[in-house]
Amino acid sequence: MNQCLQTLQDYGLRAIGMGERLLPRSGFSLCEQMTLIGSGLIWNLYFGALAVFFGFFLANALAVAKASRNPLLRKPAEWFVFLFRGSPLFIQFFLAYEMLVQLPRAGIEVLGITVQTHWMTRAWAGALLVLVLNTAAYSAEIFHGALRNLPKGELEAADAYGMAGWTRYRRVVWPTAMRLAWPAYTNEAIFLFHATTLVFFSGFPAFQQRGDSLYYANYFADKTFNPFVAYPIVAGYFILLTLGLIALFGVVNRRLNRHLPGAAKKIRYRPNLVR
Amino acid sequence: MFPFCTDPSALQGLAWLSCYLTTGSHMLFYASFGTVLALLAVTAPVALLFGFGGAMAARSRLAPLRWFGRIYTAMVRGVPDIIFFLFVPIALDQGFEWLRSRVYCDPSVPVRQGNEFIVCAAAKLPLSTSPEWVHQLYGIFLAVVAFSVVFGAFAANVLHGAMAAVPRAQLETAEAYGMSPRQVNRRILIPQMWTYALPGLANLWMILIKATPLLFVLGIEDIVYWARELGSAKTSAYAYRHPDWRLYYFLAILVFYLLMTWGSERIFDRLRARLSAGQATAAGEAMRKAAT
Amino acid sequence: MKKLMLAAAALVLTTGMGMAQTVRIATEGAYPPYNLVNEQGQLAGFEVDLGNALCKRAELQCTWVKNDWDSIIPNLVSSNYDAIMAAMSINEERKKAIAFTQDYLPPAPSSYVALDEGADLEGGIIAVQTGTVQAAHVAGTKATMLEYPNIDQVFAAVRNGEADAAFGDHEVMRPFVEDSNDLVFVGEQVRLDEGIGIGLRQSDADLRDKLNAAIDSMKQDGSLNALIKQHFGEDAQTYE
Repeated sequence: MNQCLQTLQDYGLRAIGMGERLLPRSGFSLCEQMTLIGSGLIWNLYFGALAVFFGFFLANALAVAKASRNPLLRKPAEWFVFLFRGSPLFIQFFLAYEMLVQLPRAGIEVLGITVQTHWMTRAWAGALLVLVLNTAAYSAEIFHGALRNLPKGELEAADAYGMAGWTRYRRVVWPTAMRLAWPAYTNEAIFLFHATTLVFFSGFPAFQQRGDSLYYANYFADKTFNPFVAYPIVAGYFILLTLGLIALFGVVNRRLNRHLPGAAKKIRYRPNLVR
Repeated sequence: MFPFCTDPSALQGLAWLSCYLTTGSHMLFYASFGTVLALLAVTAPVALLFGFGGAMAARSRLAPLRWFGRIYTAMVRGVPDIIFFLFVPIALDQGFEWLRSRVYCDPSVPVRQGNEFIVCAAAKLPLSTSPEWVHQLYGIFLAVVAFSVVFGAFAANVLHGAMAAVPRAQLETAEAYGMSPRQVNRRILIPQMWTYALPGLANLWMILIKATPLLFVLGIEDIVYWARELGSAKTSAYAYRHPDWRLYYFLAILVFYLLMTWGSERIFDRLRARLSAGQATAAGEAMRKAAT
Repeated sequence: MKKLMLAAAALVLTTGMGMAQTVRIATEGAYPPYNLVNEQGQLAGFEVDLGNALCKRAELQCTWVKNDWDSIIPNLVSSNYDAIMAAMSINEERKKAIAFTQDYLPPAPSSYVALDEGADLEGGIIAVQTGTVQAAHVAGTKATMLEYPNIDQVFAAVRNGEADAAFGDHEVMRPFVEDSNDLVFVGEQVRLDEGIGIGLRQSDADLRDKLNAAIDSMKQDGSLNALIKQHFGEDAQTYE
C-alpha cells in the first residue's frame, strides 16, 4: 500500500512532466499501470474540454453561416463542414502535423513582428487545433439541423413582439436551437473525448514521454506483452469519464428545458445517430 | 513499367514522374485502396449481422440472452473504438493459439513462460511454414472481426432503436390476426424497421469508412502504411530520390475519403426516398401527397 | 449456418503441418541502408541480403516479414515471427526481454545531427526514434527527449526547430546529411552498444546456435566483410 502511495507520488502527474523522469522499466505492477494511465487521462481531459469549449463558439458561428442566405457566408461554411466531416480524424491529424512542420523555422513576419510558429507542432497546440476544427464541423451540422427545425410558432411569436435581428436571435432562436440540439450535442462531446485517444497515435509526437492514457496503456501492453491488463484499465477510465460527461450535460439539459414541465427527459446516449 | 524507365537516374521531369508513379511499390499502394474497399465490403454485412443478433438478443425473453445483448450494445458507448481495435486482434490471436495448443501440444506446458507467449509449432496460427499471403490474410481476418465487433455493437444500437420505433399498433394487428411471435418478427417488424434504421445505418457506414485508416494501427499494409512509406524522404539508397513528400500522399488519401463519403451520401439520399414510399411517416406522407 | 461455423472452426483448428524448419524474420523496411522497401515494393538492404545468406548456410527456410519498429519486440515474444534483423543493437535492457546471436555488425557509432555547430547537446531538446538505444541514452542524460516513430519525423523536427539536434545511428543519418544542404554532424560520436545482432526468443536456443554458427562461418571466409562493404561503402568498419 505504501509502495503504491509512493508510485502515485512519482507518476501521478507524470503526463504533465512532474515526478519521476523515467517510466517504469520492469515489474509493471498493477498500481503503476493504474497510476500512469490515470495520469495520461489529464491529456484526454485537456484536449476534450478545451476542444468542446472553443469548438462550441466556432460551431455556432458556422451554423449561422450555413443557414445564411448569403452565398459568400454559406459556401465557405458548407465546404468547411464537408471537409472535416467527410474525412477521417486520423488523416486530419497526420495532415495537420505534416503541414505545421512545413511552417518556416524562424517564424512568420507579420507587420514587422516575428510570430513564432514552432510551438504549433506540439501536440498541446496542433492537435488541439485539429480537434477544435473537427468538433466545430460536426457540432455545426447538429446546430444547423436544430436551426432548421425551429418551431414556426416561436419565430412568429418573436416577430409579433417586434423582435428582430440580434435580439430575436439571442432571446428566441439560439436558446430554442440549443434545447433541440442538446441531446445530439451531448453525443458529439462524448465522441470527441473518445477521439482524443488518437492524438498520440497519428503524427503528433509525445514530448518527453508525456502522453495520454492510451499512450501509456500501449507502452505497458508493449512492455509486458500482455494486452489483458492495460487496455481494460483505459476502458474502465473511459467508462467513468463517459458517465461523468452524461451527468454534466444532463444538468445543462435540465436547465435548458426548465420552463417546460416534464420535458427534461434524460438524455439517452445514442452514438450511432451522431457521426 | 515503361521501356524508358530502366535507368531512373537519367530521367528528368515528366518522364521521371511517370516512371516514379508506376514503380512496383506504387502499384502496391494503388492495390491497397482495393484492400480498404474489400475490408469495407466484408465488414459492413458482417457487422450488420452482428448488430442484428445483438438487437434481437436485447429484445429476447430469455434473461441471460437479453443481458448479453444489452451489455454488448452498451459496450461501445463508454469506450473509444481504438481501444477495441488494439485489444481484440491480440486477444483473439492469443485465444485461438491457446485453444489450438490445448489440442496439438503437450497440455502440461504453459503458454505464458515469463513474458513470452509460446505455443508449439503445430499450434501456431498461421503455421510458420505457410506462405506470406496466408499470414496477411489472417491479419486482415482479425481486423475484420475487430471492426465487426465494434460496428456490430453500433448497428445493434441502431436496429434496437428502429425495432422499438415500429408503431406498436402494427404489431398488435399482426398478433390479432393470429401470427406467432416469429411470424410477427419476420413479416411485420423486420420489413418495417428499415426505414427507421436507415438514417442510423447510413451514419454508421460513414463512421465505418472513416475508421478504416485505423487498419494501419493493426499492422495491415493499407493506404496509410504505403503513403507513409512512399512519401518519406528517399536518400541515395533508393533509385528514385526525393525529399519528404508525405504531405502530398496524405492529401491524395484525403481526397479519396472525401470522394467516398460524398458518393455514399448521394446513394443514401436515393435509398431514403425509396424506403420512405408507403410508410406512415412524414416523408412517406409527403411522397403520397406529391403523387396524387 | 451451423455448417459454416463448423467449417470456420475447422479452418482455425487445422491447416497442415509442414516440417522443414521455417524461420520468419522480421524487419522494419524503413531504415536504409540496413533494410528498406525498394522500388519493386520488396524488402532489400544489407540485412535482407545477409539474412538470406545466413539461412542458406544454416539450411533454414527463411521468409521475411515487415513489422513496425515500435512493436517489433512484442510481436517476436508473442511468436508472430521467429527472428528480428532490423539494425537492432545488442544491449542490456533488450537482453532482459529477448536473446541475441553474436553481432553481425561491429559496434556502430551514434551521432548528433543539427542545423548548426552551436546546438546545445547537453541540456537542449534532442529528437530520437522511439525504442532505440539512442533513445535510452538520451533518457539518461540531462537533455530533453522528443520521441518519433520513424527517422523522417526526427529530421523534420530538427528542421522546424522543434528539436535542437537529432541523435541516431551514424550510418543511417549519413545519407540524409550528405543529401541535404542544411544538416551537419555535431559533437562527438558516442558508442552505445555491443554491435548489432539477430534478436530471438530466449527459449529458441537451437535456432541461436545455428545462426551463430552461420555468422561464424561468414566472418571467417570474409563474405560478411564483403557484404558490409557492398552496402556501407569501402570505409565501413569490418571484422578483423
